[in-house]
Amino acid sequence: MNDVLFPEFIKNASKTIGLEYPKFFKMDNLSKLAFLGAEAILKDNIDLENENDIALVFANKSSSLDTDVKYQDSISDTENYFPSPAVFVYTLPNICVGEISIKHQLKTENAFFVFDDFKPDFMSNYASYLLESGKTEKVLCGWVEYYKNEYKAFVYLVEKLGTIAHDKQNIQTLYNK
Amino acid sequence: MEALKQELKSKIIEVLNLEDIAIEDINDNDPLFGDGLGLDSIDALELIVLLDKEYGIRLADPKQGKAIFESIETMAAYIAENRTK
Amino acid sequence: MKVAITGMGIISSIGNTVEENFHSLVSLKTGLSTISNIETIHKDIIKVGEIKLTNEQLAEQLNLPSDNNYSRTALLGAIAAKQAVENAKISDMNAYKSGLISATSVGGMDMTEKYYYEYFENEACQKYITSHDIGDNSQKIANCIGLKGMVTTISTACSSAANAIMLGARLIQSGELDRIVVGGTDALAKFTINGFKTLMILSDDYNAPFDNNRKGLNLGEAAAFLVLESETIVKNENKEVLAYVTGFGNANDAFHQTASSENGDGAFLAMNKAFKMAKIQPSEIDYINAHGTATPNNDLSEGRAIIRIFGENVPDFSSTKPFTGHTLAAAAGIEAVYSVLALQNNVVYPNLNFKTNMEEFNLTPQLTLKEKEIHHVLSNSFGFGGNCSTLIFSKN
Repeated sequence: MNDVLFPEFIKNASKTIGLEYPKFFKMDNLSKLAFLGAEAILKDNIDLENENDIALVFANKSSSLDTDVKYQDSISDTENYFPSPAVFVYTLPNICVGEISIKHQLKTENAFFVFDDFKPDFMSNYASYLLESGKTEKVLCGWVEYYKNEYKAFVYLVEKLGTIAHDKQNIQTLYNK
Repeated sequence: MEALKQELKSKIIEVLNLEDIAIEDINDNDPLFGDGLGLDSIDALELIVLLDKEYGIRLADPKQGKAIFESIETMAAYIAENRTK
Repeated sequence: MKVAITGMGIISSIGNTVEENFHSLVSLKTGLSTISNIETIHKDIIKVGEIKLTNEQLAEQLNLPSDNNYSRTALLGAIAAKQAVENAKISDMNAYKSGLISATSVGGMDMTEKYYYEYFENEACQKYITSHDIGDNSQKIANCIGLKGMVTTISTACSSAANAIMLGARLIQSGELDRIVVGGTDALAKFTINGFKTLMILSDDYNAPFDNNRKGLNLGEAAAFLVLESETIVKNENKEVLAYVTGFGNANDAFHQTASSENGDGAFLAMNKAFKMAKIQPSEIDYINAHGTATPNNDLSEGRAIIRIFGENVPDFSSTKPFTGHTLAAAAGIEAVYSVLALQNNVVYPNLNFKTNMEEFNLTPQLTLKEKEIHHVLSNSFGFGGNCSTLIFSKN
């Protein structure tokens, strides 16, 4: 369990990063977490003038379960029955990646996987494949897990030239921090 | 009518998660969509749910929403005329 | 780029096997009806592509014990995956480096929504707690086909199965795996019915893709899987190749969480990428199996993207969703099966329920069953979150 309750955590994080994006507050918790994780990296790594060739490869364990439950609650009372369109929109895990794409106009390849645990092998293979086959210049990878106030976001950018070698060992080490 | 408008502003802020916006910031005749508050199509759908939940008004066609949700003024007028709750 | 398809399996509202599905397609027999398996207040209003088999009947087909905890999604998935493996004449699933990539959006939600509020009091239904996870679904399917290799799950809404096929093809091409079962499954659930209803994109009539007066989509349930195998296996075992995956592409529309951009940017980019990979020209496509959900938004967006790619020379195209409904994560899977059948039988399926051309452009889908030589089929699947995928299937 994280010590800080998510709403407080995410509000502080968004202030620290200096985010100014009104649509942020409409997102569900998983999307907010993924979005901010991505923002922390992209704000210094994005070209504002030209189109950015950054693919997105994200994964988690609980899919969109936290929001699924919220949505289920909105249709559970047969007397007081009001499914919420805004909540329903977020009952898919890949919407968080969609939000990142919308903000930064990334019309690139994007994928979302569900694993029972973070898999550095899989992530590094997929990212390497995209870079080596020339499909994309950079890959933003992320493990973004959110369920009932247990949250973890591990987001990293991979490109051909950089300071830290992109291999399973390094990824696992950084994840464990 | 004034009370209804205030009530609407407060409900909209809550239902649409409009952070950092207070009731005072919303003017009766400001456009809600497009430039004004910048609401989008999903927000429109949420407002349709709001009409049903709080005021018992059911809209069958989402396109009707365009005219009704132009501003707080038009929303309040429509609700006053059609509410069943 | 060429990956062999050696087997396929499918269960949908128009048939419980590949043959039955094909027969319905060429007899113009739709699977849409009013819903009977689920108690919902929208019962008499909406039309769905429902598989008229109960969970008990599905479980019996799989020889599962009566106290199993399979969700309907897993049941459908297992049936289709088993068919595919049998069709590919696989005797030992683990004789080569093998895997499974399944896709779903519902997972075990169909059970969870039934029993969630009883979990504390009613011990008997607690077994469904662990089967909620989409990962559990995939694992159950893997167990049913005796797979011990890699298992993973993709969840990217309506393009999920296409992405599963794409990733599977990449794994074979790169030599990571020799054999992979790829596809998707989704069962009908109140969760989805209510969700789509509140987004106001469900039609109360039979869906009419690319028609000017289209009112929205009909939901459906289905499962379909393909078996992809490496050249080595095809040679060693003298396998019959049904068709090839020769191109694919995925791109994000970057426009809105659930709506598509006006000019179909994501769709355009995905199709473009697929052509680049297949190294063929748009003029070589003989049939497009469109995403064609019959929502005002999708058909306009997809139509525009198609015109951007094909210009004046749009090939024969149709959406098969008037037959099956929109089966969400399984859609690209069943449409992959239909694409392969089109290649094998040289036939283009009609776009049912079409009456009037859309005013925005001059696009008329194929309206009758048409027989002609088919070498390349393009299949589109676009999901919420702007996730757009295109697959190209070829005869040789």
